[in-house]
Amino acid sequence: MNSSFNILHTLADTTFDVLPIVVIIFGFQILVIRRPIPNLRKVVIGFIYVLLGLAFFLDGLEIALFPAGKLMAQQLTDPAFIYGKVGETVRALQWSDYIFVYLFAAAIGFSTTVAEPALLAVAIKAQDVSGGAISIWGLRIAVAIGVGLGIALGTFRIVSGTPLHYYIIVGYIIVIIQTAFAPKTIIALAYDSGGVTTSTVTVPLVTALGLGLASTVPGRSALLDGFGLIAFASLFPMITVMGYAQLSEWRQKVVNKRTQTTGD
Amino acid sequence: MKDFILPFLRSLLDSLRDLLPILLVISFFQLAILQQPIPNMGEMLYGTFLVVLGLTLFVQGLEMGLFPLGEAMAYAFARKGSVIWLLAFAFALGFGTTVAEPALIAVAEEASKIAAAGGAIENNIQSMEAYATGLRYTVALSVGFAIMIGVIRILYGWPIQYLIIGGYAGVVVMTMFAPKEIIGIAYDSGGVTTSTITVPLVTALGVGLASSIKGRNPMTDGFGLIAFASLTPMIFVMGYGMLIR
Repeated sequence: MNSSFNILHTLADTTFDVLPIVVIIFGFQILVIRRPIPNLRKVVIGFIYVLLGLAFFLDGLEIALFPAGKLMAQQLTDPAFIYGKVGETVRALQWSDYIFVYLFAAAIGFSTTVAEPALLAVAIKAQDVSGGAISIWGLRIAVAIGVGLGIALGTFRIVSGTPLHYYIIVGYIIVIIQTAFAPKTIIALAYDSGGVTTSTVTVPLVTALGLGLASTVPGRSALLDGFGLIAFASLFPMITVMGYAQLSEWRQKVVNKRTQTTGD
Repeated sequence: MKDFILPFLRSLLDSLRDLLPILLVISFFQLAILQQPIPNMGEMLYGTFLVVLGLTLFVQGLEMGLFPLGEAMAYAFARKGSVIWLLAFAFALGFGTTVAEPALIAVAEEASKIAAAGGAIENNIQSMEAYATGLRYTVALSVGFAIMIGVIRILYGWPIQYLIIGGYAGVVVMTMFAPKEIIGIAYDSGGVTTSTITVPLVTALGVGLASSIKGRNPMTDGFGLIAFASLTPMIFVMGYGMLIR
């Protein structure tokens, strides 16, 4: 019975978070636009679905995935586990001893992004607007690969203790170069996908991983080094999404050439 | 009834498929790498069921409520033709949805701890709370400002890359001058500001605007609002860190 109480609690929290949006929208609707919202009944029901859905979603994550994921992040970064792997010889840990941490980081970054509702929303919209040229799954996989790569590199940064801004600045430079060559239609969407990747599912797990790592790696401080993983997770999807568009454009060209040469 | 049940079951299956990778990753690392049994199997299954149900409801509500609402607002403003009100709405939407965002509140608290530990502010609860609140409003202002700029861009059809790349250049320059301890938080704050409800609304608003204004392409001009909302917090947070020390 405790859990049904929890859902109500989450529902109340979610409703409270949405309150400013509702006030703003209805305020402008009544005071400025002064026209009824089309299909008001359906919109209200949709809003209720969204609220209920988010409450179930968050509560389920809290019950099932977050405890397991966070515990796992702790265990994988625990020196006892890592020493156990290297054997009894007592020596300073090197970055290569954390291989399972990088693997876990990549896997959890990828898989949480696939389940991210905000990304799904943008992907649905992008498929609509592009008339199917961008598929929901293509975009989601491209973004998820970006997040996985980003988080893995971000954990490597924490272990190796190199400054965050070097990575980010190099990443920006890659983004700028790609922007010059990527198809124009993808650019805005690619930039957007940086921001949408990290919300309800990814942030808590990734933060746990970062803080766990920063507090167990010798010489790192949880306060100074624990942050920055989210920044990686929002940078790399831009690169992979533009890459995805460049790849499909190139493939299209190859297909076009082939149909031209085989001719009819 | 049948018309309702079948699509619903199908989207339940879709949601389950979306969730499958996480389940696989967690089971694999638990069983193969850490070599421990999965704790509380019953709770795991129950929680997973809730997540799947929640995701399904969310997607249904998205198509019924959030997307049409965002688009209807965009069309209404385009028809009304008042730029000032549209910009006021954009700002209010950005500010209002960010200021109460739980992820942001958590980040602001962490930031105040870091600032206190680093000696930028006094190490007591009062000044830490003031710092956290100030930071929260700074980020909310920056998001309101971002959505506003993004809407102006859609209205005039400016190419997004110059604005965003210019913003990144600003981030890079500010990184050199900002206090070290704020940089990680500033970079992260860009990612946490955009919540699961804001993203669909703002996206629908942008796409709706771009498709109702002549000469704008919803694909190249409609997207991009979120990009602004994840860029400006970095700049504003570093600015805040430089101001208070």
